[in-house]
Amino acid sequence: MVLKITDLTKNYPGTTCGKPLLNKISLQLAPASSLALTGESGSGKSTLLHLIAALDNFDSGEIYVDGQALSKLDETGAAALRRSTVSLVFQSFNIIPSLTVSENISLHAKLAKRRDTTWEDHLTQRLGLTELGHRYPEQLSGGQQQRVAIARAMALKPKLLLADEPTGNLDEDSSNAVLELMLDLIRDCETSLFLVTHSRAIAAKLQNHLHLSGGKLS
Amino acid sequence: MISAALVALLSHWRRHRFQLFTLVTGLALAAALWTAVQAINSEARASYGRAEAMLVQNQHGYLASTTGSSEQLQLSDYVALRRMGWDLSPVVQGEWNIAGQQIDLVGFDFLNPPSATLAEVASPESSPSAKTGSSALVQFLQPPGRVLLHPETAKEIQRAETPFSVQLSTRVPPGTALADVSFASRVLNRQKDLSRLILLSPPGAQDLASLPNHIQHRTGPPMGGEMAKLTESFHLNLTAFGFLSFAVGLFIVQGTISLALEQRRGQFRTLRCLGVSRRMLCTLLAVEITLITFIAACIGLIAGFFLAQALLPGVSVTLSGLYGAPVTAGLSLRPSWIISGFAMTFLGAFVASSQAFFTLWTLPVLQLPSTQARGQKVIRSFRAGAFLGCGLILCGFVALEILDSLTGGFVFLAGLMLGAAVFLPFFLNFSLRLGKLYSHRPLVQWLWADTAAQLPGLSLALMALLLALATNIGVSTMVSSFRLTFLGWMDQRLSAAIYITTEDDAQGRAVEAWLRQEQNQQPGLRILPIRYHETTLQGGKIRIYGLRDDPSYRNNWPMISAQDGAWDAVFQGAGLLINEQLSYRLGLGPGDQLNLPSGWPVKITGTYADYGNPHGQVLISMSQLLQNTPEVENRRFGLHLPPSEVQNLINRILEETELTRENLTDQTSVKARSLAVFDQTFRVTGALNILTLAVAGFAILTSLATLWNQRLPQLAPIWAMGVSRRTLAGLDLLRSLLIAALTACLALPLGLLLAWVLLDVINAKAFGWRLPMHLFPLDWLRLIAMALLTAGLAALISAWRLFRLQPSDLLKVFSNDR
Amino acid sequence: MIARIGCLVSVVLLSMSLASHLAAQGFAGLGTRADGFLEPRADYRFSFPKDHGAHPDYRIEWWYLTANLKDETGTVYGIQWTLFRTALAPGDVVGWQSPQIWMGHAALTSARDHFSAERLARGGIGQAGLQTDPFEAWIDHWSMTGDPELENIEVSAKAEDFGYALSGKASSDLVLHGADGYSVKSASGQASYYYSQPDYEITGTLTLPSGPVSVEGMGWLDRELSSQPLSEDQSGWDWFSLRFDSGDKLMGFILRGRNNAPDFRSGTWISANGAVTALTPGAFQALPVETAMVKGRRIPVKWQVMLADRDLSVTVEALNPQSWMDTSFAYWEGPVTVSGSHTGTGYLEMTGYE
Repeated sequence: MVLKITDLTKNYPGTTCGKPLLNKISLQLAPASSLALTGESGSGKSTLLHLIAALDNFDSGEIYVDGQALSKLDETGAAALRRSTVSLVFQSFNIIPSLTVSENISLHAKLAKRRDTTWEDHLTQRLGLTELGHRYPEQLSGGQQQRVAIARAMALKPKLLLADEPTGNLDEDSSNAVLELMLDLIRDCETSLFLVTHSRAIAAKLQNHLHLSGGKLS
Repeated sequence: MISAALVALLSHWRRHRFQLFTLVTGLALAAALWTAVQAINSEARASYGRAEAMLVQNQHGYLASTTGSSEQLQLSDYVALRRMGWDLSPVVQGEWNIAGQQIDLVGFDFLNPPSATLAEVASPESSPSAKTGSSALVQFLQPPGRVLLHPETAKEIQRAETPFSVQLSTRVPPGTALADVSFASRVLNRQKDLSRLILLSPPGAQDLASLPNHIQHRTGPPMGGEMAKLTESFHLNLTAFGFLSFAVGLFIVQGTISLALEQRRGQFRTLRCLGVSRRMLCTLLAVEITLITFIAACIGLIAGFFLAQALLPGVSVTLSGLYGAPVTAGLSLRPSWIISGFAMTFLGAFVASSQAFFTLWTLPVLQLPSTQARGQKVIRSFRAGAFLGCGLILCGFVALEILDSLTGGFVFLAGLMLGAAVFLPFFLNFSLRLGKLYSHRPLVQWLWADTAAQLPGLSLALMALLLALATNIGVSTMVSSFRLTFLGWMDQRLSAAIYITTEDDAQGRAVEAWLRQEQNQQPGLRILPIRYHETTLQGGKIRIYGLRDDPSYRNNWPMISAQDGAWDAVFQGAGLLINEQLSYRLGLGPGDQLNLPSGWPVKITGTYADYGNPHGQVLISMSQLLQNTPEVENRRFGLHLPPSEVQNLINRILEETELTRENLTDQTSVKARSLAVFDQTFRVTGALNILTLAVAGFAILTSLATLWNQRLPQLAPIWAMGVSRRTLAGLDLLRSLLIAALTACLALPLGLLLAWVLLDVINAKAFGWRLPMHLFPLDWLRLIAMALLTAGLAALISAWRLFRLQPSDLLKVFSNDR
Repeated sequence: MIARIGCLVSVVLLSMSLASHLAAQGFAGLGTRADGFLEPRADYRFSFPKDHGAHPDYRIEWWYLTANLKDETGTVYGIQWTLFRTALAPGDVVGWQSPQIWMGHAALTSARDHFSAERLARGGIGQAGLQTDPFEAWIDHWSMTGDPELENIEVSAKAEDFGYALSGKASSDLVLHGADGYSVKSASGQASYYYSQPDYEITGTLTLPSGPVSVEGMGWLDRELSSQPLSEDQSGWDWFSLRFDSGDKLMGFILRGRNNAPDFRSGTWISANGAVTALTPGAFQALPVETAMVKGRRIPVKWQVMLADRDLSVTVEALNPQSWMDTSFAYWEGPVTVSGSHTGTGYLEMTGYE
C-alpha cells in the first residue's frame, strides 16, 4: 500500500473534545491507483490531505505513507518524506514567483537530489511548457501556472501525488485538460493519486471515490 | 538539496533588486554612520592617549605640590629628593607663545627621560634642520635648542623664523612641543620651579611617607585626565548621535526584512511542502541575511571611513575650540572601530530581523498570508505602542530625576525619543481616523482611510522621520539659542576696542608707559591690563584675573547672579567673582567661600557667564592679584576709546612702538574670529543632522516602493470607478505629504522638549553653562518644509509610476485575483 | 685610563641609545678640536686642595676610586666608584642652562657576582657636582666626602641590588703621573693632567643581596682631566693598577692603535718607600694570555705583565672574568690577582673590545 490510514481522528483546531473533524477514518490506496475525495466546504477533506502530507498533526490513529508511520516522524523526518516520496498540487498554484518556469519545474527533484533531465524535458513538452521555460510565473495564465505546478510535482516521480482542488481556479476547458494530463502522467509513473475536490464530475474520472461528511467516509 | 533551496530563496532578490538595494543600503547607512562616529571618537581618544602617553610616560605616577600650584614645587625640592635616592624625571610645562601661536611646551630632563621621550629621540623620524645622530641629543641639550613637534604644529610655527631647530614626530600631540628641560625653563622663564616630577621606578611606602608636606604623590594624569573628563561629554554626545543614525538606519532594515519575509511566505510554504524542514529554512534564511549583512557592513565601513575623514577636521576644530584638546586631522584604520562597525551591523541586522524570524518560526505552515486578519492586530499593536511609548517617556523623566548626571540626561533623551517614536503610529492612526470622521467628500474620505491602511507599512519609516525631524528641531534650536546668547555675551564681554599682547613683560612695561603718555593727549583712552595667574583648584585648572576698577566691568559684565555691591566688594579686595563653569563644578554660588590659599580673597559675591571656556575663572581686584603673585606677567592690555579714534591709535602704536600688527587685535576681528570658531564647532552637528534627515527620507522612499505592489489592488477599484490616474497620482503625493505633516506635528513639540533638555540639562552638565532657550519659528517652518520636501520627493517615484501605469496592469487585478 | 676621557662624553650620548650613530663618528667632535676649552700644559703646577675640585673649562674630568677588599672569612671583593664630568661648552652657570653633565658609575665585584649601576645628571642645579671645602663629590645619593686634602674619605653608593659605604684613610702622598702630573697619551702629543692617591686603607660595609658584609682592604683614587685626550687612531685601552705585597705599586696602560698603528704604552712605578718613577715609553709590557666570552665579545682576562727594569714578570688574572660594566657605554672593569715574580692585587680596565 502506498497509503494506509487507520482509525484517524483529528479534532477541530484548538479543541480536544466535542465532535471531531475527522472521526476514526480508515482508508487504503494501492500503488498506481487513484482516489477522489469529495465533501462539502469545511468537511475536513483538505485537512485530511494536509495530514497525509505530514503538514499537520492528528490526534489518534495512524497514517502510513509508503510504509512509514507518520506519528513516529519528527519534523525532519516529515520534511524528508515530503521531499522524496510525496508531491503536492494545490488550488493556488504555489509555484515560486521569483523562479523561472524551468527552475520551478526542477526545484523539487533537485531538493530530493533525484533530478532526471530527460524526464523533465519530456514533461515540459507534454505539458506544453517548452516555449515558456524562461518566463516567470506572473507572465503565465492560470492554466499554464497550474501545469507548471503539476510538472514540478511529477518531475520527482513521486509515489504519492496529493492534489487539493488542482483545477479549482481554472475554467472548465482548462480544468479538464489539466486533469487529463495529470491522470496520464500518474499512469506513466505508477504514481498513486489522492485528489480532493468538491466536483463530482472530476471525482468520477478517478478509479475510486470516497465522500467525507460529518467526519466519516462513505 | 541545500544549495537548491538556497538558490530558490535567493532568487527572490533577483526579482526584487530594489528591495535588495534597500536592505543593503539601509544596513550600510546604519553601519556607515555608526562607524564614522566611532572612528572619530577612537581617533580623538587615541590623540588624548598619545598626549597622555607623552606627558605621563609611565605607571608609577608623579610628584606634585599638594595644592597643585606649580610655584610651590621648587628645583631645590627636586634636587633634595634626588639626593635622597628618588628616581625622578623633572618636567617643566607651560604655555609658550611662539610665532603668534600658543602651544603647550613640555620640558623633560633628556638625561633622565621617561621612556617614551627616549624612544622619540632615539628614532628621529625626520629632522629637517639637523643631521641625525650623536649631534641630535647635544642639540637638545645645548642652546639654541631643539624641540620635538607634531608636523601639523611645526607647519604653524615654522612660518616664522625660529631660533631653534625642530625635529618632527607624529607621536607628539598636536599643539604640544617637547624639549629638554633647559630649553623649556629658558623660554618659559622658569628657572627655579617645576611642574611635576615623574617617577621612573615604583616608590616605596617609606619613601612616600618621607615626602615633605608640600609635595604629594599622584597617579592620575596631570592634565590628560582633565581633558578626558571634559571631552567625555562631547564623545557621549557624538555617540548618541551615531546611535540615533544607526537606529534610523535599522528602521529601514527592519521594514525591508519583514517585508521580504512577508512577501516570501508563499514561497516558504511551498518549500516546506517540498520537504525543506522548518529548521533548514530558518538556517538558510540566517545564512542569507548574514551574507547580505556582511556585504552591507563592508560597504558601510568604507563609506563610514570616508564620512569620518570628511567630518574629522571639523571635530578637531570643535575639540580644540571648546576644550583645547589636541586631535589630529588625519584618520587611521583602527581595529576598535572596524570591529565595532561589524559587530554593530550584525547586531543591528539580528535585532531588525529577529521579529521576522520569530514570525517565521511560529508560522503555521498552512496559514495563507491574510491581510484582513492582520488589520485588527495592527490596531492592537498601535495601542500597545502608545502605552509603551508613554511608559518609556515616563521612565525618561524618572531617570532625569534619579540620575543626577549627564547619563541621566541622555537616558531621558533616549526614553523621550524612543517613546515618541513608538507612540507615533497610534497618534497618526488616531489623527487619520479623526480626519475621516470630519470629511464628507467621498474621495477625501477614501484618502484618509487609504492613508490609515498604509500606516503599518510606513510606520517604521515615519518613526525615522519623526526622530530625524525632532533631532533637527531640537539641535538647531539649541545651536541658535546658544549663538544668540553667545553674540550678546560677546558684546558685553569684549568691550575694549583694541587688545594688545606683547612678546614679554619688558615690552609690556614699555608699551604701558607709552600708552600712559598717550593718555595725556587722549583723555578718552582707558588702559586696562589683563593679567592672570594660572593655578589648579580641586583638581581643575583655573585662572585668577586681576581687574582694575573700571566702568566697563561694572556696566557690561555678563553677570548671572550677584549680591548687592558685588563689584564694590571685589575692588575693595573683599570679594571675588567666579564663572558659571566653576560655579557648577564646585557647586558654589554667591555667599559661598572659594577654597583659595590664605592671602587670597575667598568670598564669592557673584557669578557670570563665560561661554566657550573649558576652565574655571576667578575675578579679583588687581591689587589683590599683585599682592599674592607679584611676578604675574603683564603682557596683555585692553584699550577703551571712542570708536572714531581706534584706527588712529592703531596706526600710532605701529609707528611709535615695537609692536607689530600681530600684537594687536581690534574688537571686530576678535568677535568675527570667535563667531567663526563657534560656527565651525557646530558644523559637525549640522552635517549629522542633515544626514539623519536624508536617511529618514530614504526610509520613506523605500517603504513606499516596497508597498507598491500591495497598492494596486486598492487603487484599481477606485480607478475603475472613474478616478483618473493623474488624480490618483496626485492623491498619492498628497497622502505622503499628509502623513509627513502629521509626523511633523508630533516632531515639533518633541524637538522643543529635546532643545530644552540639551540647553538646560545636557549643556549645564557637559559644558558647565546653562543657556536661555530662544524660539525660532522660522527655523521650524524651514525644517517642516524640509520634511515635507523629503516626504514629497520620496513619494514622487511611486506617484510617477502610478501616473504612468498602464490600464492593463490595473485590469490584471481583476482578471487574475491571486 | 686615558680612554676613560673619551668614554665620558660618549657615555652621555650613548645613553640615549644612539650607539649605532656614534660608532663611526668619533664622539661629538671629541677626537678633533676642543673649541674654547683649555688644553693641559706641560708647565702647569697643581695647587691643592683647589685642584681636587672641578675644572669646568676643561672638557672632561673624573674622580675614580677602585678598591680591593676582603671580608672576615677571606672572601675577596672589588668596588668601583666613579664620578665623570663632561662639558658641552666651557664654563658653568647656575641652573638648567649649565653645559656641564655628570655621570656616576658604581660597581661591586666578587668571584661569583658583578653588580653595576649608573647615574646621569646636569650641572648647575645641584643634583651632581663637586665642592672642595670640605671635599664632596656627588651625584644623586651617591657621594665621596672628605677633608679638603683627601686624607680621609667616605664613599657611598646604593643601587637596586647592591650598595656600599666605606671610609678610607690615605697612607702615602699623592702621586703625580708623567711629568709632574702632565701625562702624555699618544705619540702625536695628546695629554692629560693625571694624579693618584694609590694608598687608601679602606674599611666599611658592602650591601649584597644576601645582606651586609664588613670588609677592609686598599683603595686607589685616580684624578684626571683633559680636553682633547684621544688620538684618532686609537681604538681602546688596557689599564692596570697593581699593588704588590712588597709594597711597590705599578700603574701601566696600553692605548691600542687602530689599523696597525703602533700601541702607546706608558706607566708609573711607585716604590714601597714612596719614590715615584715615570716609566720610559714602551717599557711597560702586557700580553693577553687567555680570553673569555663576555657579553658576546672576546676579552682578555689573563695577562702577562712585564717590566724588564724591575725584573717584573707577573700573571694578572681577573677575579671575575665577567666584570662587565653594562652601562650606557659598556666596558670591562674589575679586580685582579697578581702572581709570578711579584704577588698582589689590583684593578684592570679594558675598553674598545667590540
